[in-house]
Order: sequence, then C-alpha cells, then structure tokens
Amino acid sequence: MLHFERWKIIAVVLVCLAGVLFTVPNFFSKQTVDSWPGWLPHRQLPLGLDLQGGAHLLLAMDTKELEKDWLTTLRDDTRRQLREAKVGFTGLGVVGNSVQVKITKPEEMDKATEAVKKLVTPIGNAILGSGGNDITVASSGDTITVTPTQQGMQHRVSSAASAAIETVNRRVNAMGTSESTVVRQGTDRILVQFPGLQDTKQLKDLIGQTAKLTFHSVHPDISAEEAKQTRTPVGYKVYPSTEADGRSYVLQETPVVSGEDLVDAQPGFDQRTNEPIISFRFNQSGARKFGTFTKDNVGSPFAIVLDNKVLSAPVIREPILGGSGQISGSFTVDSASTLAVQLRSGALPTKLTIVEERTVGPSLGADSIEAGKLAGLVGCLATAVLTIVAYGTFGVFAVIGLIVHGFLIIALMTILGTTLTLPGIAGFVLTIGMAVDANVLIYERIREELRSGKSPIAAIDQGFQRAWITILDSQLTTLAAALIMFWLGSGPIRGFAVTLTIGILTSVFAAVTVTRLLVSLWLKSKGKSRIVEVPV
Amino acid sequence: MFFPVPDFKGFDFFPHNLRIPFMRYKGLCFTLSLIFMAASLGLYFTKGLNYGVDFIGGSLIEVQHKNGPADLSEMREKLNALGIGSVQIQSFGADTDVLIRVEQQKGGEGEQQAAMKKVVDTLGPEYTQRRIEVVGPAVSSELRRTGLIAVFASLIAIIIYVWFRFEWQFALGTVVALLHDVLVTVGLFSLLGLEFDLSIVASLLTILGYSVNDSVVVSDRIRENLRKYKRMDLTELLNVSINETLSRTILTGMTAIAGILALLIFGGEVIRNFSFAMLFGILIGTYSSIFIAAPMLGFLGVKRDTIGSAPKVEAAPVIAPATSAGADRAKAAAAGRPRR
Repeated sequence: MLHFERWKIIAVVLVCLAGVLFTVPNFFSKQTVDSWPGWLPHRQLPLGLDLQGGAHLLLAMDTKELEKDWLTTLRDDTRRQLREAKVGFTGLGVVGNSVQVKITKPEEMDKATEAVKKLVTPIGNAILGSGGNDITVASSGDTITVTPTQQGMQHRVSSAASAAIETVNRRVNAMGTSESTVVRQGTDRILVQFPGLQDTKQLKDLIGQTAKLTFHSVHPDISAEEAKQTRTPVGYKVYPSTEADGRSYVLQETPVVSGEDLVDAQPGFDQRTNEPIISFRFNQSGARKFGTFTKDNVGSPFAIVLDNKVLSAPVIREPILGGSGQISGSFTVDSASTLAVQLRSGALPTKLTIVEERTVGPSLGADSIEAGKLAGLVGCLATAVLTIVAYGTFGVFAVIGLIVHGFLIIALMTILGTTLTLPGIAGFVLTIGMAVDANVLIYERIREELRSGKSPIAAIDQGFQRAWITILDSQLTTLAAALIMFWLGSGPIRGFAVTLTIGILTSVFAAVTVTRLLVSLWLKSKGKSRIVEVPV
Repeated sequence: MFFPVPDFKGFDFFPHNLRIPFMRYKGLCFTLSLIFMAASLGLYFTKGLNYGVDFIGGSLIEVQHKNGPADLSEMREKLNALGIGSVQIQSFGADTDVLIRVEQQKGGEGEQQAAMKKVVDTLGPEYTQRRIEVVGPAVSSELRRTGLIAVFASLIAIIIYVWFRFEWQFALGTVVALLHDVLVTVGLFSLLGLEFDLSIVASLLTILGYSVNDSVVVSDRIRENLRKYKRMDLTELLNVSINETLSRTILTGMTAIAGILALLIFGGEVIRNFSFAMLFGILIGTYSSIFIAAPMLGFLGVKRDTIGSAPKVEAAPVIAPATSAGADRAKAAAAGRPRR
C-alpha cells in the first residue's frame, strides 16, 4: 500500500494543482479575473439566490382553464363545420369533458360526421412527426361526440407552457437583466429566477399581464421614415419591429383581429415547396373578420403585433376565408417555430399563478456569505487543530489532505457550474468533518497495530489497508443518502446534496490517496535509517 | 533526504486499556431509548411539529428595522388587526430583525400574495424586507410528500446496502438505530417547538448518513473480530469491538461537532435550526451506534464464520449465553454446519 510509482505521484500532484487552478478565480473579483490571460480558467462559482439576493418565482398554469377554453373552441368549430356542411343540428354544447351535438335529420348523420371529422388534427407539428390525433369524433344514434384525447390535452398544455415561457421571458428580459432564467418545471410550471432583484412587485405585475396580440393593416403608401418626418396620418401609428434592424411600420391603430380570436399556431413545412411555414387557425368570429379583410386587401401586407411590437408583416397572397391559413416567407425552421410560439403566447393567454415565491434581499445574502465564510473558516481551523494535536506529524499530512479536499470540492463545483447556496456551505463544512473521519480510521488503526507489537512500517501499511474497507463502506452509505437527497430533494436539500456528493468523492481521494502519498514520501525521507517511532 | 515536516508525536488522549462493559447497559439503554421514542411519537401525534411554510404553505417575511430595535408588540397589534388569520411574530437574531409568519390564506394563491402585500404596506418604509417566502398549498403538499419519500428512500437504500455488505442482523440493528435517531430528533423539534422545514429534512438525511457511518464502522469491526476470535462469546465480542473502535468514534464525533458548532455559532440565523438539528443528530447518532445498533446484534445473534477453523473439538462452542435465542442459533450454526 505504501509504494507509489512515479507516474502515480505525478498524477496526484497534477490533480491537486488542477484543483488549485480552478479554485483560484473564486478568490478574486469578476473584473480581476476577466483581465487574466485567456489560458487561465475564468469560471467562478455561481452564487445561489440565497447568497447573492434575488427572486425565485414558481408559476403554475391553470390546466383546468385551458381545458375549458379548448372545449369552448371545439364547440364553436363544430358549429362552423356543421353550418358549412349545411347540416341541421340542435343541442350543441359542452357536456363534461366533451362536446356533444344532435343532428336533426338521420340521413344527414354521415355527412355531419364527415364534416366534424375535419377538425381532427394530428398532434405534433410536421417537424416532429405525428403522435396520434388531438381529438376523437364518435357518433351514435343522432349524437356526435367530440372528445379531446389524453395526448391532445398534453400537447395543449405543453404548447401553452412554451408560449407562457416565451411571454415571461420576453417581459423579464425587458426589465434589463440578462442573468435571469425562465425554465419549464414539470408539465405545467415555470420557474423564474432573477438574481439581484429586490422588489418583486414590478416583476409580478409584468408576469400578471396577459400578452396582447393584434393583427393590423399596414398603411399602403407612407413608410415609417416619412411618417416620422412629416406626420402620422390620423388613425395610424408607428410601431417598432422586434427585429434588430430597427425597422418600423405605419399601422392602422384599430386592429383587424385580436389575438383572442386566434386558436392555434404551429410551425410546419409547406407540402409543395418544403419551406418552413407557420400554420394558424382563427375561431369563428376571427375567421369572419379576417376573411373579409384578406379578401379586400390581396397583395398588400398586414402586420402581426405582439405587445406593441411588430413580429412579422407578411403579404396577403389570397383571401383566407376558412379561418385557417399559413404564413410563408424567408423562415428558417428555428424562426418559424419562434414565431409560432410568439403567436401562441398571444393566442393562449394562460393565467399564471404564483405558487411559490422566495425572495432574498441583497443585505441578507451578503450577511449569509459573511456568516458562511466565518463558519467555514472556524470549522476548518478547529478541525485542523484537533487533527494535528491528536496525530502529530501524520495529523499535518491529514490537514494537507483536507486542504486538497477543500480545493477539489470548490474546483469541481466551479467546473460543473453548480450553484453555491447556504446549505451548500453547511454541506462543505460537514464534509470536512467527514473527510477527517477517514484519516481518524487509518491512524487509529495504525496505533492499534503498533500496540499489538507490529513494526512501524508494517503497522502503517496494515493501518491503511485495513481501514480502507471501512472507509469505503461508510462513505458509500453516506453517498447513497446524498444521491437520494439530490434525486428527490428540492431547493435547499439539493444544494446541500450536491456539495455532500462531491465532498464524499473528493474526501476519499484527499484523505486516502493524498495522505498515503505524503506518508510514503515521509517514509522514503527516512532512507535506510530504521524508523524507531511512528509520529501519530 | 530532507522532509519539510518535522516529526512530532500526536497526543493520544484515549486510554486504550479501557474495557467499558457496554453490553451490560444494553437493557437500560434499550428501555431509555424506547421511552424516548414513545415520547417522541406521543409528542408528534399530540403537540405535532411546528412546520415551516415549506410544508404547510403560507408566507414568511423577514424584516429589518432601518434604525433601532423593532417594536414587536406594536407590530403584533397592527398585523393581527389585518384580518389575515394567525400572524406569528418573533425576534430573529438581532433586535432589529423580525420574522413574521402568516398562515395559509383561504382562497388560493392570489389571496396569499394579497395578504403579503397587506403586511408589507402595514409595516411601512422603516422596515426593509430581507427575505420573503410564499408557498402555496399545491407546492407545500408536494414538498411534504417528497420530503417523506426522501427520508424513507434513504432508509431503504441504507438497509439494502448494509444487508448486502453484512448479514441481515446488522441491517436490522442499523435500521432500528436510524429510526431511533430520526424519531428522537423529530421529537425534540416537537418538544422545543422549533420550526421544521425543508432544511431540517436535509439535516435528518445527513444524520442518517452520519449515524449509519458510525454503525458501519462498528459493524466492520464486529465482522472482523468474528473471524478473528472464533470462540469468543458474542456479548464479549461485541463489547471488545465497541471498545476497540471507541477512540475513533469519539475523535470523529469531536471533529464533526467542531464543524457544526462553528456553523451553529457563526453560520447565521437562517441555518441555526439546521445546525442545531445536525448537532443533536450527531450526538444521538453516536449514542445509537454504540448503545443500540451493536447491542441489537446481541439480541438477534449472528452467524459465526468458521472458515479455517481450528480442529473440530475446538470449533465446538465453548461459551454460549443460554438466555438468548439468537446466540443459540449462532451456536447451532457454528457447531452444525460450517459454511463451505
């Protein structure tokens, strides 16, 4: 156990050096680190919201509301289909989880079913392929029943979630921080993290608004530049574009159709030209208004405006009378899906409720960092003193191992980009105690072997060998607990579990490998002189 | 060859010739522990736990008076008049800092936010908000569920691991000790009315880890001694094993406690309860691995390994406690069917 080959020594030293190298940026301010040459690591440990202050909001969508809205839309669509097919019907309405309608004349039943079946759309856009249908249409006797499928509902929720994320993201970014994150959590939740934010009122207000999507007609003659130079015609207004080129449009202020009338928008491909498109669908009233407008304005552009910014201004190629149409143009797959999501975010104004809020003011965060640093320092010092007092020279080796362990934890957390939280600091302090346990096991064993009359070298060798099994057993059981904490835990538990898991791994390396190497080097330094006493 | 660290001997404070007859106290310890466990369960079911907002929902706000100490009684009067249900107000660390807890509002998440706004408006601008936590009913019930699952999943993972590495008797002893640690810690939190939140679950899980660590070290030694002293009476063997590992148990406990004391004293108010749970848990975990996990083996008995045993006459059991059924089985195993 005590012999180290040269390459192993080099490997251990390299690992330790790497640990120091990746830890060092954390000791300096961001500005200092940025001024370093490029080959040095620049990454710093991201601080959790509890340490740097900030807001954490968990938003939930109302899936019940979504389902209700969809059923209402399905009811209207059914009515439209039946009217177009010129079929007489009565008693159209939402019953439980489906839409039901009675057909007046039995001989029109087949025709009616055919018409309603047109509403069935395969799930998944053309890009991802089909995953079943969104609704099922069943007919029995004189009744036709339209029921959303499980997958259809899931798809609906998922579409609404990506739309809501888009909305929230757009608004949060408008508040001027790039470090905020908006991510999906589970099926129907959105997590917003906003570092450094103290007053969440503005954020909550912004999130609380529903997105405003409108369709406007574009002024036929005057460009935005002309409008700015002279004056905007009455009833028209200049709207900026979302694109970076700073283009603006002169649009009629009263919208042709509003976003509430848009039922759905999905990215796809044109079947003939194979170019990316966005297909969209209006409800009945939207279809009527849009139909009239497009019939009168073939050849001129119309503008899609979201939260007072122009998303896109496509040209009307032909009248869109049925309520569904497609936008094509110079889209890429990405930009098509972005625009579809943007359209949906205006079309499905899902109400978001705040189900969890955690805000930490910067003063508390700063206090926590200070407290954590002090506690960490005192904890490490106390452990080091105890170890050196108890084990002398070998105690010093153990402390060197502990220092390596400390560097490695921080280095690994930095490399992995794990967020440091207050419970994480507590976990760090705790792993120091646990790392020292391995050394205690080894040294107590060496003492025991010495007491039983073994020679110093044999005792040291046996000490490391026998203790290793115990160390492995005890660390693996703790690792099991830590991994489960990480798997199931949320919030503070997770931060703690991450540090603990990394700490268990590095502590084995530090306490066993590094210390053993030091002991081995110490033995070598004794040369041929026979050791009289083991300094433990 | 030069070596930068001079030789100096450590201070071996531990009297190694000590032979404390731990097993003699097992009756007393079991009784005491049973009483504590029963009392903890009783407290849990009668007094219950002072759950934090993580688990019952509601709002928590930590405020700091901008100049001078906070007037708790005035605050209490004003906030209780708001009609937002029960409002708990307590001093938090410094006398300028106050922790306000507002119970879960009826009528869902929106009401929760509204109540929080009322509190902030009532306190006025002299108070800065240091921390706000609002947890709705859906999230709190989820956190409660996953918290419970985490504790039980850890327990099961540990049982399985110990079972694989040792005999089932070790696993059972360890688990009883672990359950004891968790129960008594929960009981203490109930008794003292300390806030029980997510971070306490994290500390419970760590206590599990630490306690099993301790038990495993002792178990390892018992297993080793079972091979080494094939004829030693089980009670005596357990005693020897505990005594042999005692110096390690105490030293490791000391270093762990040193770290946690630092957290408790300097770590700040936010993790105070967490550190306290950890401190208590480490003490109770050390106790349970010595006085519960190992003595449990005395009750359950273990299969004695007879690999490479001495001549048959010697292999026959010489001393066996007649009182314990488990030891009888061990005797039968040792005499009747030497493994492999």
